[in-house]
Amino acid sequence: MGILYHSGTVLIILGLPFFLSGTVGLIRFPDIYTRLHALTKADNVGLGCIVWGLALQSGSWAVTARLLLIWLLVLIASSASCHLIARSAIQKNIQPWTRS
Amino acid sequence: MHTIFTLILFPAIAGGMFRILKGPTAADRMMTAQLFGTCGVAILLLLSSGMGNPVLLDIALVFSLLAALATMTFVRRTWHGSGKKNRNSSPGTRDYGNPVP
Repeated sequence: MGILYHSGTVLIILGLPFFLSGTVGLIRFPDIYTRLHALTKADNVGLGCIVWGLALQSGSWAVTARLLLIWLLVLIASSASCHLIARSAIQKNIQPWTRS
Repeated sequence: MHTIFTLILFPAIAGGMFRILKGPTAADRMMTAQLFGTCGVAILLLLSSGMGNPVLLDIALVFSLLAALATMTFVRRTWHGSGKKNRNSSPGTRDYGNPVP
Protein backbone atom coordinates (compact mmCIF):
# COMPACT_ATOMS: atom_id res chain seq x y z
CA MET A 1 0.00 0.00 0.00
CA GLY A 2 2.26 2.75 -1.22
CA ILE A 3 1.58 6.38 -1.80
CA LEU A 4 0.32 5.66 -5.32
CA TYR A 5 -2.45 3.45 -3.97
CA HIS A 6 -3.63 6.05 -1.47
CA SER A 7 -3.54 8.90 -3.95
CA GLY A 8 -5.59 6.70 -6.28
CA THR A 9 -8.15 6.18 -3.53
CA VAL A 10 -8.31 9.93 -2.97
CA LEU A 11 -8.91 10.48 -6.70
CA ILE A 12 -11.70 7.89 -6.75
CA ILE A 13 -13.41 9.46 -3.74
CA LEU A 14 -13.04 12.84 -5.46
CA GLY A 15 -14.81 11.48 -8.53
CA LEU A 16 -17.92 10.16 -6.81
CA PRO A 17 -19.55 13.56 -5.98
CA PHE A 18 -19.35 14.51 -9.65
CA PHE A 19 -21.59 11.58 -10.53
CA LEU A 20 -24.07 12.45 -7.81
CA SER A 21 -24.15 16.12 -8.83
CA GLY A 22 -24.64 15.12 -12.47
CA THR A 23 -27.70 13.11 -11.49
CA VAL A 24 -29.02 15.94 -9.30
CA GLY A 25 -28.57 18.27 -12.27
CA LEU A 26 -30.43 15.86 -14.53
CA ILE A 27 -33.33 15.83 -12.10
CA ARG A 28 -33.45 19.49 -11.10
CA PHE A 29 -32.42 21.58 -14.11
CA PRO A 30 -35.20 23.35 -16.01
CA ASP A 31 -34.70 22.60 -19.71
CA ILE A 32 -33.02 20.17 -22.05
CA TYR A 33 -29.87 22.20 -22.70
CA THR A 34 -29.01 22.67 -19.05
CA ARG A 35 -29.68 19.00 -18.41
CA LEU A 36 -27.32 18.09 -21.23
CA HIS A 37 -24.73 20.37 -19.69
CA ALA A 38 -25.03 18.70 -16.29
CA LEU A 39 -25.04 15.20 -17.69
CA THR A 40 -22.23 15.29 -20.22
CA LYS A 41 -19.77 17.44 -18.31
CA ALA A 42 -20.07 16.44 -14.68
CA ASP A 43 -20.27 12.72 -15.36
CA ASN A 44 -17.22 12.75 -17.59
CA VAL A 45 -15.14 14.61 -15.02
CA GLY A 46 -16.20 12.04 -12.42
CA LEU A 47 -15.33 9.20 -14.76
CA GLY A 48 -11.97 10.84 -15.45
CA CYS A 49 -11.19 11.03 -11.73
CA ILE A 50 -12.15 7.38 -11.25
CA VAL A 51 -10.13 6.27 -14.28
CA TRP A 52 -7.01 8.13 -13.16
CA GLY A 53 -7.42 6.80 -9.63
CA LEU A 54 -7.73 3.22 -10.83
CA ALA A 55 -4.82 3.75 -13.23
CA LEU A 56 -2.64 4.86 -10.33
CA GLN A 57 -3.68 1.78 -8.38
CA SER A 58 -3.39 -0.76 -11.17
CA GLY A 59 0.41 -0.88 -11.40
CA SER A 60 0.45 -2.24 -14.94
CA TRP A 61 0.74 -0.34 -18.19
CA ALA A 62 -1.67 -2.62 -20.07
CA VAL A 63 -4.53 -2.01 -17.65
CA THR A 64 -3.75 1.72 -17.56
CA ALA A 65 -3.85 1.94 -21.35
CA ARG A 66 -7.18 0.12 -21.46
CA LEU A 67 -8.64 2.41 -18.77
CA LEU A 68 -7.55 5.51 -20.64
CA LEU A 69 -8.96 4.07 -23.86
CA ILE A 70 -12.33 3.59 -22.20
CA TRP A 71 -12.28 7.14 -20.87
CA LEU A 72 -11.37 8.56 -24.27
CA LEU A 73 -14.17 6.60 -25.92
CA VAL A 74 -16.72 7.81 -23.37
CA LEU A 75 -15.52 11.42 -23.80
CA ILE A 76 -15.86 11.33 -27.59
CA ALA A 77 -19.19 9.51 -27.46
CA SER A 78 -20.83 11.76 -24.92
CA SER A 79 -19.69 15.00 -26.51
CA ALA A 80 -20.87 13.80 -29.92
CA SER A 81 -24.25 12.70 -28.65
CA CYS A 82 -24.63 15.90 -26.61
CA HIS A 83 -24.00 17.92 -29.76
CA LEU A 84 -26.49 15.83 -31.75
CA ILE A 85 -29.25 16.14 -29.15
CA ALA A 86 -28.75 19.89 -28.72
CA ARG A 87 -28.72 20.44 -32.49
CA SER A 88 -31.93 18.47 -32.94
CA ALA A 89 -33.53 20.38 -30.08
CA ILE A 90 -32.65 23.71 -31.71
CA GLN A 91 -34.00 22.51 -35.04
CA LYS A 92 -37.22 21.52 -33.31
CA ASN A 93 -37.49 25.09 -31.94
CA ILE A 94 -37.28 24.06 -28.31
CA GLN A 95 -36.57 27.34 -26.58
CA PRO A 96 -33.71 27.67 -24.11
CA TRP A 97 -34.77 28.46 -20.58
CA THR A 98 -34.50 32.07 -19.43
CA ARG A 99 -34.79 33.47 -15.97
CA SER A 100 -38.00 35.42 -16.54
CA MET B 1 -13.25 -0.85 -0.63
CA HIS B 2 -14.06 -0.41 -4.31
CA THR B 3 -17.29 -2.32 -3.89
CA ILE B 4 -18.39 0.25 -1.32
CA PHE B 5 -17.68 2.99 -3.87
CA THR B 6 -19.93 1.11 -6.27
CA LEU B 7 -22.77 1.31 -3.77
CA ILE B 8 -22.42 5.11 -3.77
CA LEU B 9 -22.85 5.16 -7.54
CA PHE B 10 -26.14 3.26 -7.50
CA PRO B 11 -28.22 6.28 -6.30
CA ALA B 12 -26.75 8.21 -9.22
CA ILE B 13 -28.25 5.66 -11.60
CA ALA B 14 -31.52 5.35 -9.70
CA GLY B 15 -32.06 9.11 -9.84
CA GLY B 16 -32.15 8.91 -13.62
CA MET B 17 -35.37 6.90 -13.40
CA PHE B 18 -37.15 10.04 -12.23
CA ARG B 19 -36.27 11.80 -15.47
CA ILE B 20 -37.61 8.85 -17.46
CA LEU B 21 -40.95 9.21 -15.72
CA LYS B 22 -41.13 13.00 -15.93
CA GLY B 23 -39.12 14.09 -18.97
CA PRO B 24 -41.21 16.22 -21.31
CA THR B 25 -39.48 15.18 -24.53
CA ALA B 26 -38.11 11.89 -25.74
CA ALA B 27 -34.58 13.26 -25.63
CA ASP B 28 -34.84 13.82 -21.89
CA ARG B 29 -35.60 10.15 -21.51
CA MET B 30 -32.77 9.25 -23.83
CA MET B 31 -30.36 11.28 -21.70
CA THR B 32 -31.03 8.80 -18.93
CA ALA B 33 -29.70 6.09 -21.22
CA GLN B 34 -26.55 8.14 -21.55
CA LEU B 35 -26.38 8.46 -17.77
CA PHE B 36 -26.72 4.70 -17.51
CA GLY B 37 -23.82 4.34 -19.95
CA THR B 38 -21.44 6.61 -18.05
CA CYS B 39 -22.40 5.40 -14.57
CA GLY B 40 -22.41 1.80 -15.73
CA VAL B 41 -18.90 2.15 -17.10
CA ALA B 42 -17.72 3.65 -13.80
CA ILE B 43 -19.38 0.85 -11.81
CA LEU B 44 -17.84 -1.80 -14.05
CA LEU B 45 -14.37 -0.25 -13.73
CA LEU B 46 -14.64 -0.13 -9.94
CA LEU B 47 -15.95 -3.69 -9.80
CA SER B 48 -13.17 -4.87 -12.09
CA SER B 49 -10.61 -3.47 -9.69
CA GLY B 50 -12.48 -4.59 -6.58
CA MET B 51 -13.05 -8.16 -7.72
CA GLY B 52 -9.72 -8.51 -9.50
CA ASN B 53 -11.41 -9.48 -12.73
CA PRO B 54 -9.90 -7.77 -15.80
CA VAL B 55 -12.59 -9.12 -18.12
CA LEU B 56 -14.95 -6.47 -16.75
CA LEU B 57 -12.75 -3.82 -18.40
CA ASP B 58 -13.68 -5.22 -21.81
CA ILE B 59 -17.34 -5.26 -20.83
CA ALA B 60 -17.02 -1.59 -19.85
CA LEU B 61 -15.51 -0.82 -23.26
CA VAL B 62 -18.42 -2.50 -25.07
CA PHE B 63 -20.89 -0.80 -22.72
CA SER B 64 -19.62 2.70 -23.53
CA LEU B 65 -19.66 1.94 -27.26
CA LEU B 66 -23.24 0.67 -27.13
CA ALA B 67 -24.47 3.65 -25.10
CA ALA B 68 -23.01 6.03 -27.68
CA LEU B 69 -24.52 4.08 -30.57
CA ALA B 70 -27.93 4.02 -28.90
CA THR B 71 -28.01 7.80 -28.48
CA MET B 72 -26.76 8.48 -32.00
CA THR B 73 -29.24 6.06 -33.55
CA PHE B 74 -32.03 7.65 -31.54
CA VAL B 75 -31.15 11.15 -32.74
CA ARG B 76 -30.62 10.19 -36.37
CA ARG B 77 -33.66 7.94 -36.72
CA THR B 78 -36.44 9.19 -34.48
CA TRP B 79 -35.64 12.66 -33.17
CA HIS B 80 -34.00 14.53 -36.03
CA GLY B 81 -34.89 18.12 -36.84
CA SER B 82 -38.23 19.00 -38.39
CA GLY B 83 -38.23 19.22 -42.15
CA LYS B 84 -35.80 20.21 -44.86
CA LYS B 85 -36.19 23.95 -44.40
CA ASN B 86 -34.65 24.05 -40.95
CA ARG B 87 -32.01 21.46 -41.58
CA ASN B 88 -30.33 23.33 -44.40
CA SER B 89 -30.51 26.80 -42.92
CA SER B 90 -27.30 28.48 -41.91
CA PRO B 91 -26.63 28.87 -38.19
CA GLY B 92 -27.13 32.62 -38.22
CA THR B 93 -30.68 32.43 -39.49
CA ARG B 94 -32.08 29.89 -37.08
CA ASP B 95 -35.09 30.87 -35.03
CA TYR B 96 -34.19 30.51 -31.40
CA GLY B 97 -37.52 31.81 -30.24
CA ASN B 98 -36.04 34.90 -28.66
CA PRO B 99 -37.43 38.38 -29.38
CA VAL B 100 -35.32 40.43 -31.76
CA PRO B 101 -33.98 43.57 -30.04
